[in-house]
Amino acid sequence: MENTGFALETAANPGTLRRVAIDPVSRVEGHGKVTLLLDDNDQVQQVRLHIVEFRGFEKFIQGRPYWEVPVMVQRLCGICPVSHHLAAAKALDRVVGVDRLTPSAEKLRRLMHYGQILQSHALHFFHLSAPDLLFGFESDAGKRNIVGIAAAYPEVARQGVLLRKFGQEIIRLTAGKRVHGTGAIPGGVNRALTRAERDELLAEIYTIIAWSRQAVQLVKRLHESEPELYDEFGSFRSNLLSLVGPRGTLDFYDGRLRARDADGKLLVDGVPVNNYAELIHEEVKPWSYMKFPFLAAFGTEDGWYKVGPLARVQNCDTMATPLAEAERREFIDHGNGKLIHAPLAYHWARMLEMLHAAETIKDLLHDDDLSGSDLVTSGPRRREGVGVIEAPRGTLIHHYRVGDDDLVSTCNLIVSTTHNNQPMNEAIRRVAQRYLNGRQLSEGLLNRIEVAIRCFDPCLSCATHALGKMPLQLELLDADGTLLDRLQSPSPELSANVG
Amino acid sequence: MASAPAPIVILACGNPSRGDDALGPQLLERLHDWLLAAGLSERYELIGDFQWQIENALDLAARELALFIDADQQAAAPYAFRRVEARDAPSFAASSHALNPETVLAVLARLGQAALPPTYVLGVRGDSFVLGDELSPTAREHAEAAFAFLQAFCRAPQTAAWCAAQAG
Repeated sequence: MENTGFALETAANPGTLRRVAIDPVSRVEGHGKVTLLLDDNDQVQQVRLHIVEFRGFEKFIQGRPYWEVPVMVQRLCGICPVSHHLAAAKALDRVVGVDRLTPSAEKLRRLMHYGQILQSHALHFFHLSAPDLLFGFESDAGKRNIVGIAAAYPEVARQGVLLRKFGQEIIRLTAGKRVHGTGAIPGGVNRALTRAERDELLAEIYTIIAWSRQAVQLVKRLHESEPELYDEFGSFRSNLLSLVGPRGTLDFYDGRLRARDADGKLLVDGVPVNNYAELIHEEVKPWSYMKFPFLAAFGTEDGWYKVGPLARVQNCDTMATPLAEAERREFIDHGNGKLIHAPLAYHWARMLEMLHAAETIKDLLHDDDLSGSDLVTSGPRRREGVGVIEAPRGTLIHHYRVGDDDLVSTCNLIVSTTHNNQPMNEAIRRVAQRYLNGRQLSEGLLNRIEVAIRCFDPCLSCATHALGKMPLQLELLDADGTLLDRLQSPSPELSANVG
Repeated sequence: MASAPAPIVILACGNPSRGDDALGPQLLERLHDWLLAAGLSERYELIGDFQWQIENALDLAARELALFIDADQQAAAPYAFRRVEARDAPSFAASSHALNPETVLAVLARLGQAALPPTYVLGVRGDSFVLGDELSPTAREHAEAAFAFLQAFCRAPQTAAWCAAQAG
């Protein structure tokens, strides 16, 4: 693999450089900070994405009865609680001796998960990324938000809201509640769908598929309109990692681990998820709270990888639904025989996945197993279980050990955003070098850094939200930290500290 | 055919396992039980979530009144009550994982809703948001005061009364 990394990770003489901080990054799930060090000629010398990853997860879970865990882990993250719910349930299936769920249970869980993928991808594209993509990265910041989209593109906004609503409704029906659902339990699920509930969803699914197809066309038009930007912005080469299902199909819910190098060559394939700890190690860097995972066999410099939509659609061999697979082939062809590494292509891949999720939901809704009554199974009790799913943002790993007292004794989680830590750092270094060197900093320029981060749709353990809890400021400081000026961007929240 | 929504919607957000962030969910749970006991539940729909997002705009449609409840680090103790308007939505979204009530209302306005419900926010002062923590003692006191306020207004849920409270 071409080693693009680390060139701007640590400057030679940081004490002599000016510091710019974007703190926290806006329209990113949770709390992130970017620091740039500039020399006297405004040349970028160091770029780092600091993610304030809270590592209290394990402590929160340890000591709880294992059957509580699929419910409690939803409180780790207010953005993707269903991902944690399902990953935990899968891990604890093993603990209750279950390697294979009943057909009804597996299909109900899949429906829940694909509903989640659909709503999450819709939210990200229509609400978080569309403002940048449709208005321009340096456009009027006052319009670069969902309200601006709704004003300029009301039908796009309406479809985004209703796609999200449809996915949320699937979650409500399969999990039993809109939030804090209890649908997945160790060994199965605790409720099936009634015929009436299936009909309610079926009445809308063909519209959902049509809107998903339109979203794919929209993102393709964006790529066609500015091919250089979309193919090159923040682009870097890296390995890819994801689950793949049987026969190499894209599978968000289950499978084995596969990794390719930056040229598409298989590095590992068919790795059982139980072996994740041998496959993946995590590096600690002194400047970041968040770890840096890498494929152990290839070391820290060559083993890092990206996860999420861009990795998944290229790591798999096929998608099992016709409309999405046809679009995926077109996406692959866009690479002219090479893997696509451009961060902005995450959006295209994400919409392919949304279409695939919509088609899969349609197929599931026609399956009578969803209304079956054989929902739970069990087997010989075990002490340990690993559950891995492809969450909207990428591979999510839950690993538990449970004592004879039924209490969780050990818990280890590797969340999607952690896998993408190095890739996000790489992307913003490329963007900083290309767009910021030698230029007067502005909100629009700094937004380019954020655009690169948002491609990965990071989720930063942000289960808390309170009014007024996330102030953002933009200030100019001298070397002593004295406030010299406040950079007045249209956003009162975005901030830079320069000093 | 879906039935008409309850005339008043109350949305509360927060994480029940993050210290004072549980103010919203706990108040909503108490309110649910109290409305049932008081025979008032038919007029209210209560919606809880981790945070507010674009689809919550649809929860406001065709209502007579809407109230958002959340923990608030900036509010004067024990709580602050205010009316919000779509036009007050900030011109820049601060973060994706939460929309503020003004923006939720603005999304509804942009989705073509002719009449927006009078919409209020009850921000209950909270200070500690640590995963795994219970409500802080101070937040418990604030919750008691906020719940008494909610009871009074659910007994008389007319816009005039809510506006008067806001002015007072």
